[in-house]
Amino acid sequence: MAVVEAHDLKRTYRTHTGTIRRRVKEIEAVRGVSFEIAKGELFGLLGPNGAGKTTTIKMLITLLIPTAGEARVLGYDVVKDAREVRKRIGYVFGGERGVYERLSGYDNLRYFAELYGVPAREQKGRIEELLQLVGLTGREHERAEGYSRGMKQRLHIARGLLHDPPVMFLDEPTIGLDPVGARELRATISALADAGKTILLTTHYMFEADSLCDRIAVINRGQIVAEGTPAHLKSRVAAGSVVEVEVFGVAEETVTRLKELRGVRAVSIEEREQAQVLTVQTDTGAQLTHAILGHLDGANVGRVSQREPTLEDAYVALVTEE
Amino acid sequence: MRILRLLGVGWLYHMKMISRSPFEGFGQVIWPLFFATVAFFVFRAGDGPRGLLYASLGAAVMGMWSATSTTAGGAMQRERWHGTLELLVATPPHFALVLLPVTLAMATVGIYSLGATLLYGHFLFGIELSVEHPVMFVGSIVGTVLAFGALGFAFAVTFVRFRAAWALGNLFEYPVWLIGGFLVPIVLLPDWVRPISWVLAPTWGMNAIRESAVGGSPLNDLAVCLGLGALYVLIGILITNRVLDAARRRAALSLS
Repeated sequence: MAVVEAHDLKRTYRTHTGTIRRRVKEIEAVRGVSFEIAKGELFGLLGPNGAGKTTTIKMLITLLIPTAGEARVLGYDVVKDAREVRKRIGYVFGGERGVYERLSGYDNLRYFAELYGVPAREQKGRIEELLQLVGLTGREHERAEGYSRGMKQRLHIARGLLHDPPVMFLDEPTIGLDPVGARELRATISALADAGKTILLTTHYMFEADSLCDRIAVINRGQIVAEGTPAHLKSRVAAGSVVEVEVFGVAEETVTRLKELRGVRAVSIEEREQAQVLTVQTDTGAQLTHAILGHLDGANVGRVSQREPTLEDAYVALVTEE
Repeated sequence: MRILRLLGVGWLYHMKMISRSPFEGFGQVIWPLFFATVAFFVFRAGDGPRGLLYASLGAAVMGMWSATSTTAGGAMQRERWHGTLELLVATPPHFALVLLPVTLAMATVGIYSLGATLLYGHFLFGIELSVEHPVMFVGSIVGTVLAFGALGFAFAVTFVRFRAAWALGNLFEYPVWLIGGFLVPIVLLPDWVRPISWVLAPTWGMNAIRESAVGGSPLNDLAVCLGLGALYVLIGILITNRVLDAARRRAALSLS
């Protein structure tokens, strides 16, 4: 039996525009997402900002009620059996919020240990064990407001593990961390997976999903556009080529025209300090460098290079497909 | 037992948080001074020591009420800003058990406000406070605090769904001073206002505190005050799940 099941989950948000003549606008954040996560699996939900990752995770952890579809965690319905689901899951999100700044790290954990029903006589030992695991031993009696972002993030992880849940939901846990802090956190996540936890991880870092996840689902505009092992996803773009051009002053219309070229699979443009990097993924054997440069009239063109595609290119191709 | 411990631990940590806020601490110092000043001027316009006691106790309970009504909404707003509201909702206990200690902590801070108002009144304006039944007086204060916490809890439940509802706390602050008979006897209010006074626990709490101070019988007032408090808790518990479901349906929990 799958530990986490999502069947055709949908979620629509309603927003209002205007002051006197108020108009209701509906935004489809998640448009029919389905997947299953097996026991002990580390499953990645990968997608750009606004793709629907957090909305999906919030439906699974009972904070949002789906507009349509259904989801189960360990067999419990996330809407009807919310309390049973909450007892069995841990939830960790990225960023600095979600911490009582005026309490010490220890008090934060003590309060949530009580909320999660950790027996009183076990709380002290459990908290000390988790402080050790996340590397906060020695700093636990300082107020959390003085913690660095990385320390707060590790405190989040410890909070999520207080009741030793079999299922963990990690929503962009490494966001905003420095490279060393992010690497340490990834090591902790990896250790949790090794310990047999079933984990759903959302991220928009391709390499993070690649290094940690057993399986990945790429989500874009509220829909899953690809699912499989990291190796499977890489194979989708293995037979192709990538042209990278350093440019300055490329307009949106140019990108649209490039996408229409025969043999072009995906086009993306990234701002880098003073310049832009235009990345064009092409079919194997398609000699498109001249054609691409021909469309860049009016823009300043710098270095031009051609290379083999990477996993990140696979991701970019998936999330930029119309 | 487990429920009591959960309430106790929640109360303890929320008290810790309140006591560590310099801004809220400053307010708790200034408010009693203001209320004691009001009491003094009301007394000057009145006639005799009974009026003095009436006004002084009324001002003290005003401080208690203000601490509860304005901070209950602020507490929920703070949970939203800190991103902890969602974490609290995502925990297994009935949300009423998570919320009640927060508002009880707010009401407890009100005890400080009450004491400080009486002390300011005494030292700055020479208002004498003689209490005929000290035990009943303390019991009435504790009962009133519990009822205030219960009323704050009923408010706070709605704050979970409506993020701007903290403004309601401010809105209720001044009318209850009047309707609850803190400074003006209820008999002076229009007839149609009195039923509103009767359903407000602060009215009965105020009566109980005054009666115990002047040597009367506060038990009936205290019983009604506690009964109303229990009713607020019951209503709060009954609507909590409905309010939470509405918040989950409308994605209102993550709004700040």
